[in-house]
Amino acid sequence: MNSRRKMFLLMLSRPLVVRRGRTLTALLAVVVAASVATATLNLYTDVQAKLHKEFRSYGANIVIAAREGKTLPDDALARTEAAIAGRGIAAPFGYVVAHTTSGSPVVVAGTDVERARRLNGWWSVTAWPRASGAALLGARAVQVLAPDGKPFDLSFRARKLRVAPAGTLRTGAGEDSRVYLSLADFQRWTGLKPSTIEVAITGSADEIATMIPRLAASLPEAQARPVRQIVEAEARVLDKARAAFWATSAIILLTAALCMLATLTASVLDRRKDFAVMKALGASNLAVNALFAAEAAAIGLVGAVLGFGIGVGIAAWIGRANFHAAVVPRFGILPAVLGGSVLLGLISATLPMSLLRKVQPAAILRGE
Amino acid sequence: MFARLVYQSFLRQRRRKLLAGLAIMLGVAVATAMIAVAADIGDKISRELRTYGANIVVYPQEDTLDVEIGGINLKPSSDGAFLKESDLPAIKGTFWRNNIVGFAPFLPLRVDVRQGTAVRPVDLIGTYFSRRLRFGKDEFVTGVRNTHPWWRVAGNWPDDASRDVLLGEDLAQRLGTQPGDKVQIAGREIRVVGILSSGGAEDGAVVAPLRFAQEILGRPDAVRRVLVSALTKPEDALARRDPDTMDRETRDRWYCSPYANSIAYQLQEAIPNARAEQIRQVAQNEGVVLSRIKGLMLFLTLAALGASALAVSAAMATAIFERRREVGLMKALGAGNASVAALFFAEAGLLAIVGGAAGFAAGVGMAQQVSAWIFNSRVTVQPVLFPVVLVVAILVTFTGSVAAIRRAMRFDPAVVLRGDA
Repeated sequence: MNSRRKMFLLMLSRPLVVRRGRTLTALLAVVVAASVATATLNLYTDVQAKLHKEFRSYGANIVIAAREGKTLPDDALARTEAAIAGRGIAAPFGYVVAHTTSGSPVVVAGTDVERARRLNGWWSVTAWPRASGAALLGARAVQVLAPDGKPFDLSFRARKLRVAPAGTLRTGAGEDSRVYLSLADFQRWTGLKPSTIEVAITGSADEIATMIPRLAASLPEAQARPVRQIVEAEARVLDKARAAFWATSAIILLTAALCMLATLTASVLDRRKDFAVMKALGASNLAVNALFAAEAAAIGLVGAVLGFGIGVGIAAWIGRANFHAAVVPRFGILPAVLGGSVLLGLISATLPMSLLRKVQPAAILRGE
Repeated sequence: MFARLVYQSFLRQRRRKLLAGLAIMLGVAVATAMIAVAADIGDKISRELRTYGANIVVYPQEDTLDVEIGGINLKPSSDGAFLKESDLPAIKGTFWRNNIVGFAPFLPLRVDVRQGTAVRPVDLIGTYFSRRLRFGKDEFVTGVRNTHPWWRVAGNWPDDASRDVLLGEDLAQRLGTQPGDKVQIAGREIRVVGILSSGGAEDGAVVAPLRFAQEILGRPDAVRRVLVSALTKPEDALARRDPDTMDRETRDRWYCSPYANSIAYQLQEAIPNARAEQIRQVAQNEGVVLSRIKGLMLFLTLAALGASALAVSAAMATAIFERRREVGLMKALGAGNASVAALFFAEAGLLAIVGGAAGFAAGVGMAQQVSAWIFNSRVTVQPVLFPVVLVVAILVTFTGSVAAIRRAMRFDPAVVLRGDA
């Protein structure tokens, strides 16, 4: 028994060493197929999370506002942050209509400057206000209020505030007509608290839908609403992009599999003379089959392990080049890649065997 | 003699040639489909990104500041300047008119809604729903149904020529109104044909045809601002420059690129006394998302091209390696290495052309299928792709054959013919 196993192992390993060229060709095909498959699968599973993150540059997808006649509690922001648990950004905003010295109305907003900056990445700002009393002026507001960049006065309920323009804000929307103060300045001047909290959650439309009742439960005084424009468009674009990636990934996987299958089949067919010799010397069909299958499976296994390593590297590189963030290796796809390539190896070994079995060994050896 | 050798080789080994040809066809089909889909994905995603709504706003040059909090307008209705509605069709006369997916004018007012004896002030927004307009010979349909695809209406959309209105869902709930009910708005009895759900400030407002809003305000032809939804190119260094400081050539290039900035500039030229600006939330982020998706598609295409090139060269290598006995015979009969190589290359070239052409057709079909399935639209395949794909197919086939031909020629004819190799 032991010597038979030794013989089997010898017959398995010798051709791999003696015919290095052919073994290497087959191995190369497996490695390429496995690495392409790994990279594609890895990207495909990771890309959704990456794209969701990119979509967050569109800003808030949930707006929390106090119910009519109520105000947000003092710890509203803290409670919101506890509810979103690090999966997004929240920024508080308070608004009043103030008047300039000439009596024309202007909307003044108070916000946490640092949070607003992180939430609204598309705001084009020349300089963010840092000091107390400094304000961010909308591009249209600056032309009316401080065309020369000098400090100006605003009044709200007969209380005056001297504002020093720090920078200009340009968005192309309502923000262009507003004056943004720091929340501390805003509260000291108006005595009012923030009335809305804008929240940007990273995740799918379903995750946002589950977040809304959670926010509502932690802030019963307020109403949380999804920003439909943002949520729906994101879901739609992501769906299409995902479908496109799915289709191309499927095409790539299929090509890689076919390529591997063709190369391995050819390399087995090439050895029909070995097959004939074995049969002529009295080997059973089973023994020959087992030998060829074991060889193909071994090549498949080694190739898949090498390919997985290379594929993870390729995926990480693409992630860095395209998203500026590493793609985390998914070891969950390792069994799929290993199993797939061993299975393809076995198929490519047994497919030609059934063809060869019909032929007399003598005919092959004669060279017909 | 040479032609006969090639011809006979194809005739006698039909199955083997068919297999090699199939491999080339598959490779070329995958490459063509991937290139066609990847080249088109920017356009397709760009169109999908229009579901984010308008990316350019047009407002009067002399306007006073907006007084608006949370989408609710607090500015007196008659305050500030207006654009002329009659100037708007000229939007479709600008250089990039085909990139403009739609536009919608807006005229917000404060009106009183009477319910029994109670009177409450609400916002009324006048706009186009899907209005048929004409500029020159062009006829087109535009309105909020193009620019605000996330608006949903229970009931019917009002006709732009009627005095029917939509009620925002919050307002409708407060008033207890159903589609088909009548309400008293600004002293007139108005039919509500639908309930609007927008997820924004419009949910608390009345949305009416523009003509009707102008009638209530008493200012025919007045429009407060226009939202334009345009297909744009992501912003780059050139797009951010100020057109007034450019030299002539750069300025032409800037003007003729569909940047949000240059389309806004052209709108400003087309509409008198108007200022047009990109809505940065939509316009800026579009570029970010688009470039990420395009980049990913590019890498996937490269992977597909690599995989299909490998498939083709592997098929060629095995096909030639199997014929080493033939090589031995030819060499035994006195053929030189060059003529043997020429024969193989001629065969490979022929296979590449036939397989490549068939593969191109199959690839275009595949791309159309993928595009129809995902985007419900066709891809445009550039005709120049055909010769490019064919040349690449021939090159890949040749490279795949070179190593195998070399190896086949290195064998000693006597050894090969004995069958010992």
